[in-house]
Amino acid sequence: MNRRNFLKGVSGGLVLGGAGLALPRMALAAPLSMGPAELPSGTLESSLLDALPGKKPLIKRTFRAPNYETPVAYFNALYTPNDVFFVRYHVMNIPEVAAATWKLRIGGEALQTPMELSLDDLRRSFERVELPALCMCAGNRRGLFQPHVPGVQWGNGAMGNARWVGVRLRDVLDKAGVRKEAVEVVFDGADSGIAAYKTPDFVKSLPMWKALDENTLIAFEMNGAPLPHWNGFPARLVVPGWVGTYWVKNLVSIDVVAKPFEGFWMKPAYRIPLGKFPNVDRFITQETAVNTPITDMVVNSLITNIEEGQRFRPGQPVDVKGVAWDGGYGIRTVEVSVDEGQSWRPAALGQDLGRFAWRPWSYRFKPARRGKLTVMARASNRIGQTQTAELILNPAGYHHNLIQKVTIQVG
Amino acid sequence: MKRLLLLVLLPVTAAAADEGQIRLKDGAGKALVESNCATCHSLDYIQTNSPFLDKKGWEATLSKMVNAMGAPVPKEDVPAIVEYLNRYYGK
Repeated sequence: MNRRNFLKGVSGGLVLGGAGLALPRMALAAPLSMGPAELPSGTLESSLLDALPGKKPLIKRTFRAPNYETPVAYFNALYTPNDVFFVRYHVMNIPEVAAATWKLRIGGEALQTPMELSLDDLRRSFERVELPALCMCAGNRRGLFQPHVPGVQWGNGAMGNARWVGVRLRDVLDKAGVRKEAVEVVFDGADSGIAAYKTPDFVKSLPMWKALDENTLIAFEMNGAPLPHWNGFPARLVVPGWVGTYWVKNLVSIDVVAKPFEGFWMKPAYRIPLGKFPNVDRFITQETAVNTPITDMVVNSLITNIEEGQRFRPGQPVDVKGVAWDGGYGIRTVEVSVDEGQSWRPAALGQDLGRFAWRPWSYRFKPARRGKLTVMARASNRIGQTQTAELILNPAGYHHNLIQKVTIQVG
Repeated sequence: MKRLLLLVLLPVTAAAADEGQIRLKDGAGKALVESNCATCHSLDYIQTNSPFLDKKGWEATLSKMVNAMGAPVPKEDVPAIVEYLNRYYGK
């Protein structure tokens, strides 16, 4: 803890930047906020900029377990740098793992040949796969729910887009041999709660079909470097299209099991009501009569270069930039409205990094008059899903994909 | 490539950042809250989840901490903890 760099804005005037990252001009003119004004007031008051070891200052939501989100200005870069990538843990003990002695245990009653793999084994014995993908916490934007719901009060920054390198989980499981009675694969990381109190260990499972999907990876590199400790060193799961809860960090074991896994973080945690959301991917072995584990991300977008209340000069064009993403179907359109949603115009889509990554977009317009004006963005995907105009309430505050609205001041 | 500096515009204080700096509001029950809750998590979990829970909401939170997360909170301390949370961090 004492190695941390700490910055706190006394009167709110704080700006951060990183070498080589093109932060928008507004970041140089306006204070870096602790998040949207809609966050609970207690969240805004208790959040601050703090740097975990090896990280740049991020927005601290909670110290222990460490929950830190990325300032939105960093999302103007195609890939989110490792040292500003968001951090999310559930329990307090997060031991640093020594790569030289680390072993990944592969087992479970529905596996033929248990194995232990070193980092070298993973690198040498399996095909290397690279995949750009967005990792987003299931509770990203929870703090924007009205009414508020308890949990980590995230703003927009509990996500990041990275180039992951690793091996297919499928290749590893094929080598060990999956028995036909297998129903789920269970993942555990090095983190733990207090054993004496039996704090539920953070353990997650995937249905066989998703575990064996060719895009599900055991990743050991992120953006061309080893994973930071806080993002899962030495290896983490990458489950493209699905929310971050399944992307288990600091992996220590993978078990193929013959019965649905029962653990707190699968049930009752990370659940959504049945039938309320338009998600396609089902996790049938975990469904109950009333709810189901959260699975794929819903279609969504974020304006990344304009802050609420930002001023623009009259007569000058306004450039709106952002990112859009979904659960892996691919973004079809992003539309922008500058007249309270009466009319929508298509934004220009930027570089396509693949269907699991976010898609940058941009839109330029010239305000017709002085005064206040709202900018709204709405993404749709290739299977016809669109962001919601009315928030879909759910107890844990997941899947916030309400169309974003930013008010700017012209003149 | 455009090179950007780390800019710190207005007054800042530099110090070791850790949860030790968290100050909960003074009031009856504060010591109980600190000793019980901080065993497993930093006290900013309370601040950040405010002020929107009512008494029932804080009761549900306590119940989750004790029954699901295994917090060893003595039964007789629960009402005073809920009372403090609701009074100082409730809606």
